Amino acid sequence: MSAIPASAGPSVPARSPLFTIILAWLIPGAGHFLLGRRARGAILCATVIAAFATGLLMRGPMFQLSASGDILSRLIQYGGFVGDLATGVLYFISVWLGYAPPDQAGHTPEYGSKFIVAAGLLNILSIVDAYEIATHQKD
Amino acid sequence: MQINLDHFEVSILFALFASIVLGLVTKRTDRERLRYGVYCFGCFLAALFGIGWFMHLLHG
Repeated sequence: MSAIPASAGPSVPARSPLFTIILAWLIPGAGHFLLGRRARGAILCATVIAAFATGLLMRGPMFQLSASGDILSRLIQYGGFVGDLATGVLYFISVWLGYAPPDQAGHTPEYGSKFIVAAGLLNILSIVDAYEIATHQKD
Repeated sequence: MQINLDHFEVSILFALFASIVLGLVTKRTDRERLRYGVYCFGCFLAALFGIGWFMHLLHG
């Protein structure tokens, strides 16, 4: 058998999975840091921040919760908002600093908006990975 | 300050970020992670060029 048992990897410090999820959401990569996976945490943190910063530099607007529009438009707005929110503290700092570019036509802000959402989705993958490590489902 | 990237540059950048995270969260060893990350990046590029050529040929 070439499969490596889960216990063969580095030991996982006993942490609350819920606390790990919240920390990993707020600060990208922090869940891995908490669990002793510092290199992976640093790379995940850098990647999510780089994707988010690219979106900001392209002046991509954030998605807003809006009750107007048809159901498809609202679904897109709500989904985008969840993606933005998944970037954790990056989203809150941007909003706090007054980041609100005008919703202008053109492909660059459109790409930027999607990059911000993509950063949130990548962070969700990171959160799930941290959760699986905290619950000993993977090493 | 605003950066302006064309569709190809944005696609490459997205493929890079996604490949790094996918490689890191799916495999068990560093070697496997690196190989899977490179594999994902290659798949993104193949899809990018494949779909690009398909659309080019479709439109003549």
